[in-house]
Amino acid sequence: MAFTLYSLIQAAILCINAVAVLHEERFLSKIGWGVDQSVGGFGDEPGIKVQLMNLIRSVRTVMRVPLIAVNSVCIVLLLLFG
Amino acid sequence: MDYTATQSGFRQRKLQPSMHLRNSPGDGPDGSQLFEDTSRAGPGPQAGYRNQQAGPQTAGFPGQTLLSEPMSNLAMAYGSSLASQGREMVDKNLDRFIPISKLKYYFAVDTVYVGKKLGLLVFPYMHENWEVSYQQDTPVAPRFDVNAPDLYIPTMGFITYILVAGLALGTQSRFSPELLGVQASSALVWLIMEVLVVLLSLYLVTVNTDLTTIDLLAFAGYKYVGMIVGLVAGLLFGKPAYYLSLLWCCAAIFIFMIRTLRLKLLSEAAAEGKLVRGARNQLRMYLTMAIAAAQPIFMYWLTFHLVR
Repeated sequence: MAFTLYSLIQAAILCINAVAVLHEERFLSKIGWGVDQSVGGFGDEPGIKVQLMNLIRSVRTVMRVPLIAVNSVCIVLLLLFG
Repeated sequence: MDYTATQSGFRQRKLQPSMHLRNSPGDGPDGSQLFEDTSRAGPGPQAGYRNQQAGPQTAGFPGQTLLSEPMSNLAMAYGSSLASQGREMVDKNLDRFIPISKLKYYFAVDTVYVGKKLGLLVFPYMHENWEVSYQQDTPVAPRFDVNAPDLYIPTMGFITYILVAGLALGTQSRFSPELLGVQASSALVWLIMEVLVVLLSLYLVTVNTDLTTIDLLAFAGYKYVGMIVGLVAGLLFGKPAYYLSLLWCCAAIFIFMIRTLRLKLLSEAAAEGKLVRGARNQLRMYLTMAIAAAQPIFMYWLTFHLVR
Protein backbone atom coordinates (compact mmCIF):
# COMPACT_ATOMS: atom_id res chain seq x y z
CA MET A 1 0.00 0.00 0.00
CA ALA A 2 3.01 2.25 -0.24
CA PHE A 3 1.79 4.36 -3.08
CA THR A 4 3.81 7.23 -4.31
CA LEU A 5 2.87 10.01 -6.64
CA TYR A 6 5.09 8.43 -9.25
CA SER A 7 3.09 5.23 -9.24
CA LEU A 8 -0.07 7.27 -9.68
CA ILE A 9 1.45 8.97 -12.72
CA GLN A 10 2.49 5.61 -14.09
CA ALA A 11 -0.98 4.19 -13.62
CA ALA A 12 -2.52 7.23 -15.29
CA ILE A 13 -0.21 6.95 -18.28
CA LEU A 14 -1.01 3.27 -18.66
CA CYS A 15 -4.75 3.88 -18.48
CA ILE A 16 -4.65 6.67 -21.05
CA ASN A 17 -2.53 4.52 -23.30
CA ALA A 18 -5.10 1.77 -23.00
CA VAL A 19 -7.90 4.13 -24.00
CA ALA A 20 -5.89 5.54 -26.89
CA VAL A 21 -5.23 2.11 -28.32
CA LEU A 22 -8.89 1.25 -28.88
CA HIS A 23 -9.40 1.28 -32.60
CA GLU A 24 -12.45 3.03 -33.96
CA GLU A 25 -13.62 0.82 -36.80
CA ARG A 26 -12.02 -2.46 -35.94
CA PHE A 27 -13.23 -2.66 -32.40
CA LEU A 28 -15.52 0.03 -31.12
CA SER A 29 -18.02 -0.16 -33.94
CA LYS A 30 -18.11 -3.93 -33.67
CA ILE A 31 -19.30 -3.77 -30.09
CA GLY A 32 -21.64 -0.89 -30.70
CA TRP A 33 -19.52 1.82 -29.15
CA GLY A 34 -18.59 3.67 -32.27
CA VAL A 35 -18.90 7.36 -32.92
CA ASP A 36 -21.82 7.01 -35.29
CA GLN A 37 -23.85 5.18 -32.69
CA SER A 38 -23.53 7.88 -30.10
CA VAL A 39 -25.94 10.37 -31.60
CA GLY A 40 -28.82 9.82 -29.27
CA GLY A 41 -32.01 11.73 -28.93
CA PHE A 42 -32.08 15.42 -28.20
CA GLY A 43 -33.56 15.03 -24.78
CA ASP A 44 -31.61 15.97 -21.72
CA GLU A 45 -30.69 12.39 -20.94
CA PRO A 46 -27.54 11.35 -22.74
CA GLY A 47 -27.20 8.21 -20.65
CA ILE A 48 -24.07 6.65 -19.27
CA LYS A 49 -23.13 4.68 -22.37
CA VAL A 50 -23.24 7.74 -24.62
CA GLN A 51 -21.21 9.73 -22.12
CA LEU A 52 -18.62 6.98 -21.97
CA MET A 53 -18.39 6.80 -25.74
CA ASN A 54 -17.96 10.55 -25.93
CA LEU A 55 -15.31 10.41 -23.27
CA ILE A 56 -13.38 7.69 -25.10
CA ARG A 57 -13.58 9.56 -28.35
CA SER A 58 -12.45 12.84 -26.84
CA VAL A 59 -9.61 11.23 -24.91
CA ARG A 60 -8.39 9.60 -28.10
CA THR A 61 -8.58 12.83 -30.05
CA VAL A 62 -6.96 15.03 -27.46
CA MET A 63 -4.28 12.78 -26.03
CA ARG A 64 -2.85 11.29 -29.23
CA VAL A 65 -0.01 13.73 -29.72
CA PRO A 66 0.87 14.41 -26.07
CA LEU A 67 0.94 10.67 -25.49
CA ILE A 68 3.66 10.28 -28.07
CA ALA A 69 5.84 12.72 -26.19
CA VAL A 70 5.02 11.34 -22.74
CA ASN A 71 5.61 7.76 -23.80
CA SER A 72 8.95 8.61 -25.38
CA VAL A 73 10.05 10.37 -22.22
CA CYS A 74 8.93 7.40 -20.14
CA ILE A 75 10.77 4.93 -22.35
CA VAL A 76 13.97 6.92 -22.25
CA LEU A 77 13.76 7.31 -18.46
CA LEU A 78 13.09 3.63 -17.93
CA LEU A 79 15.96 2.67 -20.18
CA LEU A 80 18.35 4.98 -18.42
CA PHE A 81 17.31 4.45 -14.83
CA GLY A 82 15.52 1.13 -14.75
CA MET B 1 -6.67 39.54 0.95
CA ASP B 2 -6.61 38.22 4.48
CA TYR B 3 -3.25 36.66 4.06
CA THR B 4 -1.50 39.79 2.86
CA ALA B 5 -3.37 41.87 5.40
CA THR B 6 -2.13 39.87 8.35
CA GLN B 7 1.31 39.63 6.89
CA SER B 8 1.57 43.32 6.17
CA GLY B 9 -0.06 44.13 9.49
CA PHE B 10 2.72 42.28 11.22
CA ARG B 11 5.38 44.08 9.25
CA GLN B 12 3.59 47.35 9.67
CA ARG B 13 3.84 46.98 13.39
CA LYS B 14 7.56 46.58 13.00
CA LEU B 15 7.93 49.42 10.58
CA GLN B 16 5.66 52.28 11.50
CA PRO B 17 7.90 53.74 14.15
CA SER B 18 10.94 53.16 12.00
CA MET B 19 9.36 54.86 9.01
CA HIS B 20 9.98 58.14 10.78
CA LEU B 21 13.57 57.12 11.41
CA ARG B 22 14.18 56.07 7.85
CA ASN B 23 17.23 58.26 7.51
CA SER B 24 19.10 56.25 10.08
CA PRO B 25 18.65 52.67 8.99
CA GLY B 26 20.79 51.48 11.84
CA ASP B 27 17.86 51.68 14.24
CA GLY B 28 16.84 48.09 14.77
CA PRO B 29 13.22 47.70 13.73
CA ASP B 30 12.76 44.62 15.84
CA GLY B 31 13.69 45.95 19.24
CA SER B 32 10.79 47.40 21.15
CA GLN B 33 8.11 46.28 18.71
CA LEU B 34 7.71 42.94 20.41
CA PHE B 35 5.51 44.56 23.00
CA GLU B 36 3.51 46.81 20.75
CA ASP B 37 -0.20 46.60 21.27
CA THR B 38 -2.12 44.80 18.58
CA SER B 39 -5.21 46.98 18.60
CA ARG B 40 -3.84 49.20 15.89
CA ALA B 41 -4.92 46.88 13.12
CA GLY B 42 -7.34 49.39 11.58
CA PRO B 43 -5.33 51.68 9.36
CA GLY B 44 -2.74 48.96 9.21
CA PRO B 45 -3.59 46.98 6.09
CA GLN B 46 -3.50 49.84 3.60
CA ALA B 47 -0.42 51.51 5.02
CA GLY B 48 1.17 48.18 5.67
CA TYR B 49 0.72 47.07 2.08
CA ARG B 50 2.60 50.11 0.86
CA ASN B 51 5.28 49.59 3.47
CA GLN B 52 5.59 45.96 2.64
CA GLN B 53 7.71 46.62 -0.40
CA ALA B 54 10.03 48.85 1.58
CA GLY B 55 9.89 46.32 4.40
CA PRO B 56 12.41 43.77 3.24
CA GLN B 57 14.89 46.44 2.35
CA THR B 58 14.78 48.48 5.57
CA ALA B 59 14.60 45.38 7.74
CA GLY B 60 17.48 43.90 5.84
CA PHE B 61 19.97 46.67 6.45
CA PRO B 62 20.01 47.03 10.19
CA GLY B 63 23.64 47.91 10.66
CA GLN B 64 24.84 49.22 7.36
CA THR B 65 25.45 52.81 8.14
CA LEU B 66 28.47 52.69 5.83
CA LEU B 67 26.35 53.51 2.79
CA SER B 68 26.05 57.19 2.15
CA GLU B 69 22.57 58.62 2.45
CA PRO B 70 21.58 59.45 -1.17
CA MET B 71 23.13 56.26 -2.52
CA SER B 72 21.38 54.01 -0.05
CA ASN B 73 18.06 55.71 -0.61
CA LEU B 74 18.44 55.37 -4.36
CA ALA B 75 19.43 51.74 -4.06
CA MET B 76 16.53 51.01 -1.78
CA ALA B 77 14.07 52.70 -4.08
CA TYR B 78 15.39 50.80 -7.09
CA GLY B 79 15.38 47.53 -5.20
CA SER B 80 11.85 48.01 -4.03
CA SER B 81 10.62 48.81 -7.52
CA LEU B 82 12.36 45.70 -8.85
CA ALA B 83 10.81 43.62 -6.13
CA SER B 84 7.33 44.92 -6.86
CA GLN B 85 7.78 44.25 -10.58
CA GLY B 86 8.93 40.72 -9.92
CA ARG B 87 6.06 40.16 -7.57
CA GLU B 88 3.56 41.36 -10.18
CA MET B 89 5.00 39.04 -12.78
CA VAL B 90 4.92 36.05 -10.47
CA ASP B 91 1.36 36.81 -9.44
CA LYS B 92 0.20 37.17 -13.02
CA ASN B 93 1.78 33.91 -14.15
CA LEU B 94 0.83 31.95 -11.08
CA ASP B 95 -2.77 32.97 -11.42
CA ARG B 96 -2.92 31.28 -14.77
CA PHE B 97 -2.18 27.84 -13.34
CA ILE B 98 -3.59 27.91 -9.86
CA PRO B 99 -6.68 30.04 -9.32
CA ILE B 100 -5.36 31.87 -6.30
CA SER B 101 -8.39 34.09 -5.81
CA LYS B 102 -10.67 31.09 -5.72
CA LEU B 103 -8.38 29.37 -3.26
CA LYS B 104 -8.48 32.39 -0.98
CA TYR B 105 -12.21 31.97 -0.64
CA TYR B 106 -11.73 28.51 0.78
CA PHE B 107 -9.31 29.70 3.42
CA ALA B 108 -11.44 32.60 4.66
CA VAL B 109 -12.30 30.94 7.94
CA ASP B 110 -12.25 31.92 11.56
CA THR B 111 -12.17 30.08 14.85
CA VAL B 112 -15.92 30.00 15.36
CA TYR B 113 -16.47 28.44 11.96
CA VAL B 114 -13.78 25.85 12.51
CA GLY B 115 -15.19 24.92 15.87
CA LYS B 116 -18.73 24.58 14.54
CA LYS B 117 -17.61 22.61 11.53
CA LEU B 118 -15.58 20.18 13.58
CA GLY B 119 -18.59 19.68 15.80
CA LEU B 120 -20.71 19.06 12.71
CA LEU B 121 -18.27 16.51 11.38
CA VAL B 122 -18.42 14.50 14.54
CA PHE B 123 -22.07 15.05 15.43
CA PRO B 124 -24.20 16.02 12.45
CA TYR B 125 -27.48 14.72 13.81
CA MET B 126 -28.90 17.88 15.32
CA HIS B 127 -28.18 20.27 12.49
CA GLU B 128 -31.27 21.19 10.50
CA ASN B 129 -30.43 23.62 7.76
CA TRP B 130 -27.78 22.30 5.44
CA GLU B 131 -28.12 24.80 2.62
CA VAL B 132 -25.28 27.03 1.59
CA SER B 133 -26.39 30.63 1.64
CA TYR B 134 -25.64 32.75 -1.37
CA GLN B 135 -24.97 36.42 -1.70
CA GLN B 136 -25.84 37.75 -5.12
CA ASP B 137 -25.05 34.59 -6.97
CA THR B 138 -21.73 33.90 -5.27
CA PRO B 139 -21.51 31.59 -2.31
CA VAL B 140 -20.89 33.25 0.99
CA ALA B 141 -17.43 32.90 2.50
CA PRO B 142 -17.07 30.04 5.00
CA ARG B 143 -16.64 32.54 7.76
CA PHE B 144 -20.30 33.48 7.56
CA ASP B 145 -21.91 30.16 6.76
CA VAL B 146 -21.18 26.94 8.53
CA ASN B 147 -22.40 24.87 5.60
CA ALA B 148 -19.90 26.20 3.09
CA PRO B 149 -16.96 23.93 2.29
CA ASP B 150 -13.50 25.14 3.15
CA LEU B 151 -9.98 23.91 2.61
CA TYR B 152 -8.50 24.85 5.95
CA ILE B 153 -9.86 21.87 7.88
CA PRO B 154 -8.89 19.31 5.22
CA THR B 155 -5.36 20.69 4.94
CA MET B 156 -4.81 20.82 8.67
CA GLY B 157 -6.44 17.43 9.03
CA PHE B 158 -4.14 15.90 6.46
CA ILE B 159 -1.03 17.26 8.12
CA THR B 160 -2.25 16.22 11.56
CA TYR B 161 -3.07 12.76 10.24
CA ILE B 162 0.49 12.33 9.02
CA LEU B 163 1.89 13.48 12.35
CA VAL B 164 -0.41 11.20 14.32
CA ALA B 165 0.50 8.34 12.00
CA GLY B 166 4.15 9.00 12.73
CA LEU B 167 3.34 9.02 16.43
CA ALA B 168 1.47 5.73 16.16
CA LEU B 169 4.32 4.13 14.28
CA GLY B 170 6.72 5.44 16.87
CA THR B 171 4.84 3.81 19.73
CA GLN B 172 5.20 0.52 17.93
CA SER B 173 8.91 1.10 17.26
CA ARG B 174 8.29 1.01 13.56
CA PHE B 175 9.13 4.61 12.90
CA SER B 176 11.68 6.00 10.51
CA PRO B 177 11.61 9.44 8.89
CA GLU B 178 11.11 8.01 5.43
CA LEU B 179 7.92 6.40 6.58
CA LEU B 180 6.40 9.82 7.16
CA GLY B 181 6.96 10.67 3.53
CA VAL B 182 5.56 7.32 2.46
CA GLN B 183 2.43 7.83 4.55
CA ALA B 184 2.01 11.34 3.22
CA SER B 185 2.32 10.42 -0.42
CA SER B 186 0.16 7.36 0.01
CA ALA B 187 -2.66 9.32 1.60
CA LEU B 188 -2.30 12.03 -1.03
CA VAL B 189 -2.54 9.47 -3.81
CA TRP B 190 -5.69 7.99 -2.35
CA LEU B 191 -7.16 11.47 -2.04
CA ILE B 192 -6.37 12.34 -5.65
CA MET B 193 -7.76 9.05 -6.87
CA GLU B 194 -10.94 9.54 -4.91
CA VAL B 195 -11.44 13.04 -6.30
CA LEU B 196 -10.79 11.80 -9.84
CA VAL B 197 -13.21 8.91 -9.51
CA VAL B 198 -15.89 11.20 -8.13
CA LEU B 199 -15.29 13.65 -10.97
CA LEU B 200 -15.54 10.87 -13.51
CA SER B 201 -18.75 9.52 -12.06
CA LEU B 202 -20.26 13.00 -11.91
CA TYR B 203 -19.42 13.43 -15.58
CA LEU B 204 -20.92 10.08 -16.53
CA VAL B 205 -24.17 10.68 -14.71
CA THR B 206 -24.44 14.18 -16.22
CA VAL B 207 -25.31 15.88 -13.02
CA ASN B 208 -25.81 19.60 -13.40
CA THR B 209 -24.21 20.80 -10.28
CA ASP B 210 -22.15 23.72 -9.15
CA LEU B 211 -19.70 21.54 -7.27
CA THR B 212 -16.21 22.51 -8.31
CA THR B 213 -13.15 20.29 -8.12
CA ILE B 214 -11.97 22.19 -5.08
CA ASP B 215 -15.31 21.54 -3.38
CA LEU B 216 -14.85 17.83 -3.99
CA LEU B 217 -11.33 18.05 -2.62
CA ALA B 218 -12.70 19.74 0.48
CA PHE B 219 -15.38 17.09 0.99
CA ALA B 220 -12.89 14.31 0.50
CA GLY B 221 -10.60 15.90 3.04
CA TYR B 222 -13.19 16.09 5.78
CA LYS B 223 -12.75 12.42 6.62
CA TYR B 224 -9.32 13.08 8.07
CA VAL B 225 -10.95 14.56 11.15
CA GLY B 226 -12.66 11.28 11.92
CA MET B 227 -9.50 9.35 11.20
CA ILE B 228 -7.53 11.46 13.63
CA VAL B 229 -10.14 11.00 16.35
CA GLY B 230 -10.07 7.26 15.85
CA LEU B 231 -6.29 7.09 15.81
CA VAL B 232 -5.89 9.18 18.95
CA ALA B 233 -8.48 7.10 20.78
CA GLY B 234 -6.70 3.96 19.67
CA LEU B 235 -3.37 5.30 20.84
CA LEU B 236 -4.67 6.32 24.22
CA PHE B 237 -7.06 3.52 25.07
CA GLY B 238 -6.23 0.58 22.85
CA LYS B 239 -7.92 -1.26 20.06
CA PRO B 240 -11.51 -1.40 21.32
CA ALA B 241 -11.54 2.37 21.71
CA TYR B 242 -10.18 2.70 18.19
CA TYR B 243 -12.95 0.58 16.74
CA LEU B 244 -15.66 2.32 18.72
CA SER B 245 -14.58 5.84 17.89
CA LEU B 246 -13.97 4.91 14.27
CA LEU B 247 -17.44 3.45 14.05
CA TRP B 248 -18.92 6.60 15.49
CA CYS B 249 -16.95 8.86 13.15
CA CYS B 250 -17.75 6.70 10.14
CA ALA B 251 -21.46 6.96 10.82
CA ALA B 252 -21.12 10.70 11.41
CA ILE B 253 -19.27 11.31 8.19
CA PHE B 254 -21.69 9.13 6.27
CA ILE B 255 -24.65 11.20 7.44
CA PHE B 256 -22.73 14.43 6.93
CA MET B 257 -21.85 13.60 3.32
CA ILE B 258 -25.33 12.42 2.46
CA ARG B 259 -26.96 15.52 3.88
CA THR B 260 -24.48 17.85 2.22
CA LEU B 261 -24.39 16.17 -1.16
CA ARG B 262 -28.11 15.64 -1.28
CA LEU B 263 -28.66 19.32 -1.76
CA LYS B 264 -26.01 19.65 -4.40
CA LEU B 265 -26.50 16.58 -6.53
CA LEU B 266 -30.17 15.82 -6.46
CA SER B 267 -32.85 17.89 -8.04
CA GLU B 268 -34.76 20.23 -5.76
CA ALA B 269 -37.79 18.05 -5.41
CA ALA B 270 -35.86 14.98 -4.47
CA ALA B 271 -33.65 16.92 -2.12
CA GLU B 272 -36.62 17.95 -0.06
CA GLY B 273 -37.46 14.38 0.64
CA LYS B 274 -40.29 13.77 -1.75
CA LEU B 275 -40.00 10.53 -3.61
CA VAL B 276 -39.37 11.44 -7.21
CA ARG B 277 -39.59 8.64 -9.71
CA GLY B 278 -37.39 8.30 -12.70
CA ALA B 279 -34.23 6.42 -13.46
CA ARG B 280 -32.15 9.55 -13.42
CA ASN B 281 -32.98 10.56 -9.89
CA GLN B 282 -32.44 7.04 -8.75
CA LEU B 283 -29.02 7.04 -10.34
CA ARG B 284 -28.18 10.30 -8.63
CA MET B 285 -29.30 8.90 -5.31
CA TYR B 286 -27.10 5.86 -5.81
CA LEU B 287 -24.21 8.11 -6.67
CA THR B 288 -24.67 10.14 -3.50
CA MET B 289 -24.85 7.00 -1.41
CA ALA B 290 -21.77 5.58 -3.10
CA ILE B 291 -19.73 8.71 -2.48
CA ALA B 292 -20.84 8.79 1.14
CA ALA B 293 -20.16 5.08 1.61
CA ALA B 294 -16.66 5.41 0.20
CA GLN B 295 -15.67 7.66 3.08
CA PRO B 296 -15.89 5.07 5.89
CA ILE B 297 -14.10 2.56 3.69
CA PHE B 298 -11.23 4.96 3.17
CA MET B 299 -11.20 5.89 6.82
CA TYR B 300 -10.74 2.28 7.82
CA TRP B 301 -8.30 1.52 5.03
CA LEU B 302 -5.98 4.35 5.89
CA THR B 303 -5.85 3.77 9.64
CA PHE B 304 -6.14 0.09 10.45
CA HIS B 305 -2.50 -0.66 9.82
CA LEU B 306 -1.46 2.00 12.30
CA VAL B 307 -3.20 0.62 15.35
CA ARG B 308 -1.93 -2.62 16.73
